[in-house]
Amino acid sequence: MKRRSVLAGLAGLLTAGCSKIADTRTFEGLVDGAEKLHRRTHRLVGGRQPMAREFTLADISPDFRGNGNRDIDTDAYRAHVAADFADWILNVRGLVEQPLAVTMEVIRGLPQRTQITRHDCVEGWSAIGQWTGPQLSTILELARLKPEARYVVFRCADDFSGSPYYESCDLDDAMHPQTIIAHQLNGEPLPVKNGAPLRMRIERQLGYKHAKYLTAIEAVASLDGIEGGKGGYWEDRGYQWYAGI
Amino acid sequence: MKRHALSTRLWHWINAISLIVLFMSGLNISNAHRYLYWGQWGFSPQDAWLHVTKFPGWATIPGYYSLASARDWHILFAWVFGIALVLFLLAALLNGHFRRDIVTRLKEWKPSAIGADIRAHLKLQFDHAGTKYNFLQKAAYGAVIFIFLPLMLITGLALSPGMDAAWPFLTEMFGGRQSARSIHFIVAWALFAFFVLHIALVLLNKPLKNLREMITGGRADETA
Repeated sequence: MKRRSVLAGLAGLLTAGCSKIADTRTFEGLVDGAEKLHRRTHRLVGGRQPMAREFTLADISPDFRGNGNRDIDTDAYRAHVAADFADWILNVRGLVEQPLAVTMEVIRGLPQRTQITRHDCVEGWSAIGQWTGPQLSTILELARLKPEARYVVFRCADDFSGSPYYESCDLDDAMHPQTIIAHQLNGEPLPVKNGAPLRMRIERQLGYKHAKYLTAIEAVASLDGIEGGKGGYWEDRGYQWYAGI
Repeated sequence: MKRHALSTRLWHWINAISLIVLFMSGLNISNAHRYLYWGQWGFSPQDAWLHVTKFPGWATIPGYYSLASARDWHILFAWVFGIALVLFLLAALLNGHFRRDIVTRLKEWKPSAIGADIRAHLKLQFDHAGTKYNFLQKAAYGAVIFIFLPLMLITGLALSPGMDAAWPFLTEMFGGRQSARSIHFIVAWALFAFFVLHIALVLLNKPLKNLREMITGGRADETA
């Protein structure tokens, strides 16, 4: 028993020390460096646009877990649900030559991509689902990105205690063939728990990148000055911006 | 000639620190979703083959639940661990450490020889003439260096969706990402078991001399 408490004490000392180290700027720099090194290595070994594995219909998991916000508790969203999202608008704005207000009808009318992919949550679980929607690149080509655009920011209708959910990716991911704006899951309109009526699929990154309840797409030159400045709701709370790890 | 080469000693301590940080930050990450599955997918308790206990703060890095911060530690020390392991494997292959000290001979695998080695360990008799390590040491070090540590590296890579897109065989070879995650967890505990046994045996057999030699290198002609 005594040896065990000594071990626990030593471990406790280590974790306390680690917490101290973690608060320093040097450690932050190291962690950011490690994240960049992971991202560059992924791009180096796979080329710039490797495709995430696509599965068959038989591989689809019996349910697709909804995580984070599973519904939006506002009258406006409830009205959209009641109207089958007939009036939902996706705004395309920021550093584009032609800002757009895209209706669901237009979204469904654009060339579609259907892909069966595995969704990996940062918590550790995975689910497999079939997603359908236009490629983000199609919409960005319609809006015509200005040359200074470096990132695409995804704005959402949901929030956590008043802080809006949002996400972002670089142009490599934005123009990737598997990056789609999904309006269907497993051949049905997107369920509310999975982000109805529109959500992002950014297949080579973890689940929190796949912004749900999508309201706007914004092309920007820098992520500074947007909410917490780290490029996403969870990134502002310490999670890695590059979520391919 | 030193008992332990400089490359072996450097790697031993870098690896020890990396493994402790990776293990303890890994326990924090495990607390984020305490279920393990086989295959490609898995997200609810009824599909899990194991419900993992919640690890207490004193066993985790940081000492409170933070998936974001634990991941920072984990992906930083993954680099330290991975690069050090590859360099050590190369160095030990080139300087003859593996061939001389770790590779077992056929006669060492005879059940009678293994039995004698186990009996000697149980009687806490660690003196053995001739080779540097006895059979059980060679088997344990060999398994850790060639099987467990590389498995941790490869299953860890298989958990990354970015790596999976670049190298699809990573998840294929384990039968799916959730299988890789389960193996990552199992092998982490196998390494913890090795860690406990390793320290216990050092403490039972001239701990200060062993510790000193792993720092200064010691002398090859001293028998342990």
